Amino acid sequence: MKTLVIAEHDNGALKPETSKTINAAVKMGFPVDVLIAGNSLSAMSSQVASIDGVANVLVADNSVYEHQLAESMTDLVLSLSDSYSHIVASATTTGKNFMPRVAALLDVAQISEIIAVVDADTFKRPIYAGNAIATVKSLDSKKVITVRASSFDLQGEQSAAAVTSIDTVSDSQLSSFVSVEQTESERPELTAATVVISGGRGMQNGENFALLNGIADKLGAAIGASRAAVDAGFVPNDMQVGQTGKIVAPNLYIAVGISGAIQHLAGMKDSKVIVAINKDPDAPIFQVADYGLVADLFEVLPQLENAL
Amino acid sequence: MKVLVPIKRVIDYNVKARVKSDKSDVDLTNVKMAMNPFCEIAIEEAIRLIEAGTASEVVAVTIGPKASQEQLRTALALGADKAIHIETDEKLESLHIAKLLAKIVEQEAPELVILGKQSIDSDNNQTGQMLAALTKRGQGTFASKVVVENGKVNVTREVDGGLQTVALNLPAVVTTDLRLNEPRYASLPNIMKAKRKPLEVIAADSLGVDLTPRIQLVSVEEPAKRTAGIIVEDVAQLVEKLKTEAKVI
Ligand SMILES: Cc1cc2nc3c(=O)[nH]c(=O)nc-3n(C[C@H](O)[C@H](O)[C@H](O)COP(=O)(O)OP(=O)(O)OC[C@H]3O[C@@H](n4cnc5c(N)ncnc54)[C@H](O)[C@@H]3O)c2cc1C
Ligand SMILES: Nc1ncnc2c1ncn2[C@@H]1O[C@H](COP(=O)(O)O)[C@@H](O)[C@H]1O
Repeated sequence: MKTLVIAEHDNGALKPETSKTINAAVKMGFPVDVLIAGNSLSAMSSQVASIDGVANVLVADNSVYEHQLAESMTDLVLSLSDSYSHIVASATTTGKNFMPRVAALLDVAQISEIIAVVDADTFKRPIYAGNAIATVKSLDSKKVITVRASSFDLQGEQSAAAVTSIDTVSDSQLSSFVSVEQTESERPELTAATVVISGGRGMQNGENFALLNGIADKLGAAIGASRAAVDAGFVPNDMQVGQTGKIVAPNLYIAVGISGAIQHLAGMKDSKVIVAINKDPDAPIFQVADYGLVADLFEVLPQLENAL
Repeated sequence: MKVLVPIKRVIDYNVKARVKSDKSDVDLTNVKMAMNPFCEIAIEEAIRLIEAGTASEVVAVTIGPKASQEQLRTALALGADKAIHIETDEKLESLHIAKLLAKIVEQEAPELVILGKQSIDSDNNQTGQMLAALTKRGQGTFASKVVVENGKVNVTREVDGGLQTVALNLPAVVTTDLRLNEPRYASLPNIMKAKRKPLEVIAADSLGVDLTPRIQLVSVEEPAKRTAGIIVEDVAQLVEKLKTEAKVI
């Protein structure tokens, strides 16, 4: 019994999801190997090798894997799958993309977005937008699992494990990369930040999101948004927090001009401390907020920036 | 071009699911049900392909109990040409659904299959990817833009760092994200017309797919409850509380 974790990265840098997913994988109880698939990965392998609990690092460094397209990633993982009882990846848009493909071709039911490991076969996962937590037991001999990284801790360090390079190259020809529009930001990533401040429809337009900048600067916060704010075009799609956006669990989450729909709460209600700023005293967000401020956001955001 | 759209009957997205007192599952008795929102977006996209002259036929398919025919009728009212109901009272997993859908893909030979990215009940986000794998097709998941041209489909995908566009050879599988389109409502005359459109019923166990469960549902619990905290007077008090009480800044 051995576990294979597929690393989350963007070729340039390793994502914190990788360490948290390894944390979940270690809890499954077997030695953990980590596959890094991408292009020009040199520095990353030693970084992964020194994450506590990693037995072997496998590196597939080839331009074919640069964009981690689902079809080629699947072929690569399948070529390694015989040696593993558990195949595990982060429930990021990359992991969500290729893992079910791997599962189907192994004839295994995938268990998506686990938030806890009960034992090697049994896991907890949220369903119905987090309004219920299911405990599920996999009856398949091989397990294919994605992990909600925000529910696990970062792993510690160890002295470096062995690194092997994988030469298998599979270019499926079914799909090809065309282009990418990367959202550039100096701020910490939403899923990694210890403080998140999010704006909703109440922000009224994209320019007003600037009111959150000064506060985010002072708190070292990432900036998020509700779906309504993204749909209205105030901010890009990758800022959406919620059931169908990003899941965050920072120490402090500040919701500004967000009503608190079920789908939004699903993405942030595991935050340690929640602050809500909303002019409607009956907004559902106040039911989950530790500190609520009933006020006009345009009045209090500048005050907040000054008070920090 | 033929487009197949798998749709699912789920709890209405406005309804908060409640856990049964015996913790065996979520209680769906007398709960309002509807088409999964991502499937509405999938149907809308297919209809737009018809309107653009790109597609010639849209087939909606669902797997579920008799009541799911309600959602098929909605799909027909929105503009699907025919519907297929794979009937079962079992609670199936995404792998089973994908295998049953693969049979329909074999039978109907659609050039494009458009599914939702995720069911809002199971929150699985698996079926489209599994179906693509089983039918050996390329996949464009979490689509916010779909352009069919020259035997290919270009799919712009909502990914963690922004937007990624991939080109897929047809036939292909696409799954929808929220911003792909805004679904229309069915008009009354179209709802009437839908009653006369063809709806084929197939028993799930007649398709030769092994439907044995692979996942056992051990229990279902309420999530840890958050209780409402306090309402602060002003910004000064908020900052004070965050510093001295919550100690998070
Ligand atoms: C399938 C599906 C998936 C979804 N997934 C997500 C998801 O992942 N994430 C998500 O967020 N949503 C999601 N939604 C949408 C969700 O249901 C809500 O529509 C959305 O979260 C509402 O966003 P909002 O709170 O910004 O807007 P609104 O509900 O319109 O709330 C705006 C709030 O701003 C307040 N406000 C207005 N002006 C001011 C002011 N000057 N000062 C202070 N307060 C002010 C108002 O009182 C109000 O409470 C999903 C919906 C569906 C159907
Ligand atoms: N029972 C079903 N019948 C038809 N299509 C389904 C069914 N279950 C899931 N799907 C399709 O697969 C998508 C993703 O579902 P899931 O993988 O369960 O999150 C849905 O949006 C539907 O398009």
